[in-house]
Amino acid sequence: MNVNIWTIVMVAVFGLVAMGLYGLLIIRNLIKIVVALQVFAKGTILIMVAAGAMSGKPAVGQSLAITVIVADTVVTVMALALAIQVRRWSGTLDTRVISRLRR
Amino acid sequence: MWIQILVLGSTLLCALMAIRASRLLVSALWLAGCSAFLALSIALLGAPEVGVVELSVGAGLVTVIFVFAISVAGEETVGVQSVVPRPVAWTLMALFVLLLAWLCVPGLVAPALPRDALPFLRALWVERSLDTVLQVAMIFSGVLGSLGLLAERREAGSVSRKAGEGAAP
Repeated sequence: MNVNIWTIVMVAVFGLVAMGLYGLLIIRNLIKIVVALQVFAKGTILIMVAAGAMSGKPAVGQSLAITVIVADTVVTVMALALAIQVRRWSGTLDTRVISRLRR
Repeated sequence: MWIQILVLGSTLLCALMAIRASRLLVSALWLAGCSAFLALSIALLGAPEVGVVELSVGAGLVTVIFVFAISVAGEETVGVQSVVPRPVAWTLMALFVLLLAWLCVPGLVAPALPRDALPFLRALWVERSLDTVLQVAMIFSGVLGSLGLLAERREAGSVSRKAGEGAAP
């Protein structure tokens, strides 16, 4: 099999996305969930740059990657502010404790 | 090529340690390392502008915000037992990666298209100017939203007391 640079990048993207998704499903700490979301988004940024270069339009892929970086940062800031408020309101960061749907 | 493999392997290792670390601060620092290695990898792929933005925003700003949030919210170790059963999580993860591979692998084996001559700065500021406007709007809404979330309510007593002091003389 011909292993070029894009194959290696794809393997890294699969690894980052898989780790981020697994973390999002498994982790119960609200701040750690944001860390997992960041890992997921890093895979997305890498695949944007790689897809742009592979399809022959590197500039479009790079500008979309910058958009993803900005959007992800704003989402992170908002999620961390929400986590701080949840901690103030309920005294914990555990999603199982703050969930009231099952009662 | 070996440098790229080394850098991407370090990125994956840092991401794994960020997910696995039990302390929040350690996790945030591993995430910063992951972001720095990813920025280096993107620069090696031929996109140094994106690498610089990722390094300054991803490894710098986001880490500072994480450390601030952890210092305000406090370090808290939550139990490892998850809400979703682990086999279900593994199955969903494998399914997602298979779907992603189904989308991406045809692009890998297809012949490369001829490169267009669109320069990066022109693509960012002219062709995708709507994205840039949306980014500015997103940054402002994010800042205002986080300020609104983090603001503390002023106590009603202090307000009325101040108003009373102002009105007394």
